[in-house]
Formats: sequence, structure tokens, C-alpha cells
Amino acid sequence: MNLLRAALLCLAGIALPAFAIDTTVLPNPELQARYENLTHELRCMQCQNNNIADSPAGLATDLRREVAEMLTAGKSDDEVRAYMVQRYGDVILFNPPLNSSTVWVWATPLVALVGGLIVAFVIVRRRGRLVATDDSEVRDDLAP
Amino acid sequence: MTRFVLPIVVFVALAGVLFLGVRNSTNKGTMPSALLGKPAPNFELPALGKPGETVTLAQFAGKPFVLNVWATWCVACREEHQTLLDIASTKAVTLVGLDYKDKDPEALEWLQQFGNPYDHVAVDAEGRTAIDFGVYGAPETYFIDASGRVLYRHVGEMTPEVWRREFIPRIKGTKR
Repeated sequence: MNLLRAALLCLAGIALPAFAIDTTVLPNPELQARYENLTHELRCMQCQNNNIADSPAGLATDLRREVAEMLTAGKSDDEVRAYMVQRYGDVILFNPPLNSSTVWVWATPLVALVGGLIVAFVIVRRRGRLVATDDSEVRDDLAP
Repeated sequence: MTRFVLPIVVFVALAGVLFLGVRNSTNKGTMPSALLGKPAPNFELPALGKPGETVTLAQFAGKPFVLNVWATWCVACREEHQTLLDIASTKAVTLVGLDYKDKDPEALEWLQQFGNPYDHVAVDAEGRTAIDFGVYGAPETYFIDASGRVLYRHVGEMTPEVWRREFIPRIKGTKR
């Protein structure tokens, strides 16, 4: 039990600095929720595997400021996304839009799933046929 | 036999495609500008060290120019400074500096100390014009043609080679 408590404390220690990065407070909870949602889905362009909500980088801070100002000024989430894409390209969105250059990103899991199902189906059918037509080995094993 | 050969063939084909993709990507780690071929974003900023004066996009209407995003806190900007001075001495094109999230006294001291390659220096203290250009790290260098379109962006240190290969042909209008 003590071990578990110690582990949890360690985890809390890791998590705490992350809370300190963004201290922005918007005028109302609805705006705050949209702000947090948006800053989590926009990529930090300086540190590309992080979102702007969790990044202390200078540019991430500036982009959070832009998001906060646009939301406070009454812009919609899509307007904020369009503003970012216009400047930084689709790469700034962690959820890439479906278009001609990203169609493979979206299609690959589907192709892999269908391909896997076909392979599995073929294997199951072959095995099924083996059992149905040839049971000689099973009888040999049963014989004393 | 095929049950062993087929996965190997698929693996080799996939590895080959990925290898070629990685090898053929010319600028690893840098992303193309979202602005290429589009009109440069408008800006109107204070001119460094000239109280009351501004640097605006409108003043370059009909004239091509190179925009170099720099700052005194940027290490690679110090590295490329001599190259910028050499470029300026050729007088091939108007060179505009965008002093990005910097302090004016420090920027002035830097230009005093190392030399000023710029025809104009605009102060972008809050980094808003840089966001409009899609800047994600200094130094970055843009070429804007006479019609006001962004034709090229180089991310990182400017080198004589990049200047010769990417900028000069675009300034001469022989490459888009």
C-alpha cells in the first residue's frame, strides 16, 4: 500500500509541471472548455510532437494567446482552426482533414482491416476443409 | 514455399518505398510554407530605431523583397549574419528584417556591433506578423515577388549555397 502511495506521489510530481504551463482563464466556463479543447488539438510547430496547451515554447504561448483572443471576440472553433491552417498548413491540426493529400492516412487502417479479415477468412476456410475431409491422424492418436 | 517468400517480398517492397521517401525528401524536418504562391500577409510595424516611422507591406508594392526573420536571442541568426551582409553588398534585392520578439536596444546594439544588412527593419515585438507569415522558428527567410506573392521560404540559417540555389533564380524570375 505504501509502495502504491509512493508511486502515485511520483506520478503527481511528473504531472504537476504540466499544469503550470497554461494558466489562461477565459471569461466563462463554456469559452474555457472550448479553449482547452482547441489548444489540445493544435500542434506546437516548434516541438512538433506536442500540442500548444502542453508546450512552454514561445510560439505555443503566442498561439494560445491568439486562440484566447479569437474565442473571446466571439469567433467559432472552425474560424480558429481555419486561421491556424491558413498560416501553418494542415500539419498544425492533430486531426488531419480528409482531402486528396491525406486520403491514404485515413484509408490505410481500413485497407489493413479489410486485408486482415480476408486473410483470416481464407485461413479459417482452409483449416475447416482439412478437418472435414481428413481425420486419419486423429484416429491414429486415439488407438492404443 | 510461397508462405515464407510472400511476407519477405512485401517487407522488402515496403522498406524500399519508405527508404526512397526518406532519401528523396529534400528538406528533412522543415515544412513547406502554407503561404507559397499566395499574397503576403499585410503588416504595418514600427521601424527599428526610427520613432514615428513604420515599415509596411504597401511600401513594397510592385517591388520584390526578401524578408528575414531574426532576433538577438537567436543563435543561428548570429551564424547567418555574415552571409546576410554579403548578400546585402551585392544589392541584388531589397532586404527587410523582421525583428521577432526582441528588445529594441539589444537589436540596435546588435546591428551596430555586427553591421546592418537590412534596408528596413520592422519591429514585431509581440510576434503577430510572424504568426501571419507562419513563422515557427527564427531565422526564416522569405522571398516576396513584385506582385506581392510569397514565392519561397527558407527555414534555418541562410547560407551562400541556399541563396544561390533558391533565391537568386527567383529574384531573376527564372524559377518559381
